Amino acid sequence: MNDEQRAPENPGGGGGSPGYAKIVWRNFKRDKLAVAALGLIAVMFVVSYLAPVIANNKPLYMRWEGRAYFPAVGDLFPFNLVLRYPELRTLDYARVRDGGSVRRLMPPVCYSPYETNLSEKLSPPDRRHWMGTDDLGRDVCSRMIHGAGVSLKVGFVAVGIAVVIGLFFGSLAGYYGGAVDILVSRLIEVVMCFPFFFLILAVIAFLPPSIFNIMIVIGITRWTAIARYTRGEFLRIKHQDYTQAARALGASDPKIIFRHILPNSIAPVLVTATFGIANAILIEAALSFLGLGIQPPFASWGGILATAREFIEVAWWLATFPGLAIFLTVTAYNLAGEGLRDATDPRLALPER
Amino acid sequence: MLFYTLRRLAYLIPTLLGITIVTFVLISLAPGNPVDLIQSGVMSSGISIEGYNEMLRLYGLDKPILIRYGVWLERLLTLDFGNSFLDHRPVIVKIWERLPATLILNLASLALASLLAIPLGLYSAVRQYSLFDKLGGTILYMLYSLPEFWVAVVLIMVFGVKLQALPFIGMESVDARELGFFPYLWDRILHMILPTICLTYGSLAYLSRFVRGSTLEVIRQDYIRTARAKGLDDARVVYRHVFKNTLIPVLTLLGILLPTLISGSVILEYIFSWPGIGQLFFEAVLSRDYPTVMGLSFMTAVMVLLGTLVADLLCAWADPRITYE
Repeated sequence: MNDEQRAPENPGGGGGSPGYAKIVWRNFKRDKLAVAALGLIAVMFVVSYLAPVIANNKPLYMRWEGRAYFPAVGDLFPFNLVLRYPELRTLDYARVRDGGSVRRLMPPVCYSPYETNLSEKLSPPDRRHWMGTDDLGRDVCSRMIHGAGVSLKVGFVAVGIAVVIGLFFGSLAGYYGGAVDILVSRLIEVVMCFPFFFLILAVIAFLPPSIFNIMIVIGITRWTAIARYTRGEFLRIKHQDYTQAARALGASDPKIIFRHILPNSIAPVLVTATFGIANAILIEAALSFLGLGIQPPFASWGGILATAREFIEVAWWLATFPGLAIFLTVTAYNLAGEGLRDATDPRLALPER
Repeated sequence: MLFYTLRRLAYLIPTLLGITIVTFVLISLAPGNPVDLIQSGVMSSGISIEGYNEMLRLYGLDKPILIRYGVWLERLLTLDFGNSFLDHRPVIVKIWERLPATLILNLASLALASLLAIPLGLYSAVRQYSLFDKLGGTILYMLYSLPEFWVAVVLIMVFGVKLQALPFIGMESVDARELGFFPYLWDRILHMILPTICLTYGSLAYLSRFVRGSTLEVIRQDYIRTARAKGLDDARVVYRHVFKNTLIPVLTLLGILLPTLISGSVILEYIFSWPGIGQLFFEAVLSRDYPTVMGLSFMTAVMVLLGTLVADLLCAWADPRITYE
């Protein structure tokens, strides 16, 4: 996450004094654990984006009938944009990999997440399958790498939706107060009464399971914390001198909200959103574990864990690796969130650590 | 106190009404449009003709939305959620059957979490920056990020399958009821161990951090300094003065934890085949048993509402200042 782009700009920060974003970043850097967590998140993003060239049964490079091909690289681009070779459509890449006759350079994990091999099903980790194979003989390591993208995507998009809804209701309640505030506050209270997993499952019951529906469902059920923080910030900032000054100058409501209050109330929202991402990743994993999330054959960490439950007597590796991955990702987001909270809290400007 | 209780009860009414509206909006999401059903083929939408007629009767799907809401609200007053699509028994009966299992699990977890978290939090706050505080904080922090379904799978793998030490399916063994009372009780306790651990560690981590935080705040108060200044020993200060004052925020938190616990019990009841409302709900979602889904959503929300009410009243009882707000 790039804090510097998201953090509010400081109107007077162009000259000598550092801008708010800079101060936050300087404070954030002091928390080594949070920086490490941010690094881990960045690495995961890179890995999930580069998944097709890290784990694939297509070679990165090969010579075939006198020509050079880069089949795995083509998978990096969506919609068959470049490097799709129509003449190779019928080629069995697994045979290219296993036979030694073709000159080729394989990715580090040379299995596709969908490549089944029933003769090697449920085999423990070894030199060829670093994290073992699942019940269909698919390489777990490859599925883990391809599943990372699902978790990260769901986390970001779901929380993005939650932030939009939360900001909308929170600013409405905080800015206008009165009846609007009472109505919105009641709504928040009501939504919070539903145990969130019940609410999510209830909505899922009506929708076909797909990654988009999951993002939407998590988004529309997990916005209450953000709305509450936004409301609080708006209540606080509404009466500040600069807001009053803007109003005295005749600024319209939208202008005051978007130009003056929102940028100054974004810090606690960002912190809550970061924790929200950790939570959304957990929810997605849980849904996939229950079979209501990402549908097979697509890879997801929760889905691998579900297989682990089925073959609990034999396959320890099916539980260990996805569990660790979920744990590390969630911890990373939580630590980054705490770092961000400490960095944006002016009362903790110079913490004695 | 009486006035406060009455006012607090009056606050329930709009929230309760809100809960009915949210549930009703959810129902309207159901693929109940007759035209849709006929066009898509009744079977392919996962609902039978009987199910469809049941929905028509329950929710009056052929009537305008406001009338539908009124009709549904009237049924709600008598806790009539209709009959389940699966076995055609009244939903409310099914809920009552399953409720005790969930309550036992959640209450055990809540009790265990508070019994462990309060001393843990108190001790690490009193000995702030000590090894215990730092190490304990880190461990609890890690616990908080561990997904419970993973912990459940790993615990079953180790204690259930490898060591064969603990049962992990259901609430009791098949033949348990034929044993005497005490062996039966022991069997029940054994069955509770793994699910309770899985349900508890997360809230334990959260709660103890919270107790630590609120204790740290109390310790800095003037009356604690006064207590120390008049020569009270540590144990007395902590027990008589600190502990009682940290209790109030903790009580509020227990009310907030309830929905999280009930949420968590859905997935744990599924893993451990625990015959509670979580499992019932999950089965209902899988089989698109809308009356059960709706009835349970409503009932759990009401339970949470009552839980927060109890927590608030306990708070008011522990801290009389609240009632003079």
